[in-house]
Amino acid sequence: MANVLTGAARRVAAPSAARGRRPVSLLPRARRNAGAWAFLIGAVLCFSFFSWYPIVREVIMSFQKPVYGGGNTWAGWSNYIRIFHDPTFWQAWRNTLEFTLLALVLGYAIPFIVAIVLNELRHARGYLRILVYLPVMLPPASALLLFVYFYNAQYGLFDDVLHFLHLPTSQWVFQPGSGFISTAMVSVVIASTWMNMGGATLIYLAALQNIPGELYEAAELEGAGIFRRIRHVTIPQTRLILILLLMLQVVATMQMFIESFVLTNGGGGEGNNTLSVVMLIYQYAFAMSGASNYNSASALGVVLLLVLAVFSGGFLWATRERG
Amino acid sequence: MAAFGASVNRARQSRQARDRAASPAPRTLISSVALNRPRGKITYRVVLTLVIVVFTLVFIGPMYFLFTDAVKSTQEVIATPPTLYPHSVDLGNFGQAWSRLDVGKMLLNTLYYAFGALVFQLVFDVAAAYSLSKLRPVLGNVVLFLMLATLMIPVTVLVIPQYVTVASMPFVHWDLIGTPEAIWLPSVANAFNIFLLKRFFDSIPAEYVDAAAVDGASQLMILWRIILPMSRPILAVVSIFSLVAVWKDFLWPLLVEYGYTPTRETLNVGLWQGQVGVPENLLIAASAIAAVPTIAFFLIFQRNIMAGLTAGGIRG
Repeated sequence: MANVLTGAARRVAAPSAARGRRPVSLLPRARRNAGAWAFLIGAVLCFSFFSWYPIVREVIMSFQKPVYGGGNTWAGWSNYIRIFHDPTFWQAWRNTLEFTLLALVLGYAIPFIVAIVLNELRHARGYLRILVYLPVMLPPASALLLFVYFYNAQYGLFDDVLHFLHLPTSQWVFQPGSGFISTAMVSVVIASTWMNMGGATLIYLAALQNIPGELYEAAELEGAGIFRRIRHVTIPQTRLILILLLMLQVVATMQMFIESFVLTNGGGGEGNNTLSVVMLIYQYAFAMSGASNYNSASALGVVLLLVLAVFSGGFLWATRERG
Repeated sequence: MAAFGASVNRARQSRQARDRAASPAPRTLISSVALNRPRGKITYRVVLTLVIVVFTLVFIGPMYFLFTDAVKSTQEVIATPPTLYPHSVDLGNFGQAWSRLDVGKMLLNTLYYAFGALVFQLVFDVAAAYSLSKLRPVLGNVVLFLMLATLMIPVTVLVIPQYVTVASMPFVHWDLIGTPEAIWLPSVANAFNIFLLKRFFDSIPAEYVDAAAVDGASQLMILWRIILPMSRPILAVVSIFSLVAVWKDFLWPLLVEYGYTPTRETLNVGLWQGQVGVPENLLIAASAIAAVPTIAFFLIFQRNIMAGLTAGGIRG
């Protein structure tokens, strides 16, 4: 590319280009482009190395295997076949789905309800807003280590509270059991929701403030109660943002990593019942006994990518504006 | 297109003006009339008190334990039933946690990574967005499309090929693992920042650029003297996003900066690592120390952070 001659080129190029003589000759145009590319090149290089190339490389690596003594050779579908035969693979997917669904029930509904309530209050608005967003700003490890301590089965605060109320105590994150709604996963979701709900709440609040008051006025005159006003005014008026956040949240929760990783100290819980797909990618690549295997991890990465792409595409198609 | 950063400021000013004038709040779900009826007034008071109490408990409560448990003795932290306030205040815990976990070093590491990434992003992403918006080189639209397309790719999916690439960069064969560049350079590949910046630059009329060019200013000069001073709001939004992203990241720093002596870990990774072999109260003290700078940062910049969150778009 011609970006080598930038320095001198730029100095001459700008004025002549700006005067815009109609029959633009080739040389000033080349100079102008070279100048423009000089501004662009840093970001383009970073994208090439750290984004575009890894995308291609992930697919390539998923079809390769290392050769003894260095280098790679083609491996066909063997990496995919191997991970499909790994029982942990299916368990990690089931856990991730469980986390995503539970996080939808808690993490998606709660911020919207909270935003509706906060929007009605005439006092302490700034204070409440700061409260909700404060955990988002904590370093995630700080927040999660706090929950590690709350969940501790010997001296954790939550068990003490249950004890005080004469309720049966729990192992929380380390509670064995692999039912679809397991105590262990619910514990992870609670910590995750506490940490992350502030962002969605504030975005909903901003959306609620844009609803024209006349709509509520009209609905009330027609005799609609509070819940019907929410159903027929609030929700339709915030539909776009609700759909967008739903999609972003599902895509984000399907990539859950740090919550379970810190709460179970990297283990994945009792019998791997909180092990997520991204944790399994990490385990395949770095923590497996014997040879750590980047190729299996890449294959799993490609599968996750496809699942998320199909979900996002299908979701956008299903919720597209009709008519 | 309206410069939304400016419009946020305007909205804020007008909201303040409205508050000063003490005119009625805009109509929401429940009308002021309903709230002013005796029953409405009582219900509102009850709900308000409930919300304030519950929210304080839920959001400040855990943080209360973060700071009070930090000064308890090891025995007191693990005592059953728990003590609601520290019976013996041991501020020495902070000092012990500081030296035992090397919190100061981790804090410095994290700040170094975060501000380094900020500088790299401001230089390269601003330059790229300016080029794509105002200089429009050949293939510029293709580049923009390819950049925006990466927004569709979830970040964690790519960690393995990214790690392998950073461990041995193609063509140049640098090994960046364990160097700050392993965090700085990938952070530049941030399509969201470029999108925000380009959208803002698009809203600046081309006449400014043309007029300066006629006066003989170089493109660099135009960017520095004309575009950037007009772009302060969006630069603030992008800077906050970029600092917070590095500050909160876990998986990537775990892969590229973990396991060195002296430590090169970020706070998050270092605290996680401390779970093994560090007493509970010291670990909590370290977490509390780690939380203080972010809480301070948030309380100082909360207006900008919240405005950026709602105006600058939505992210994960």
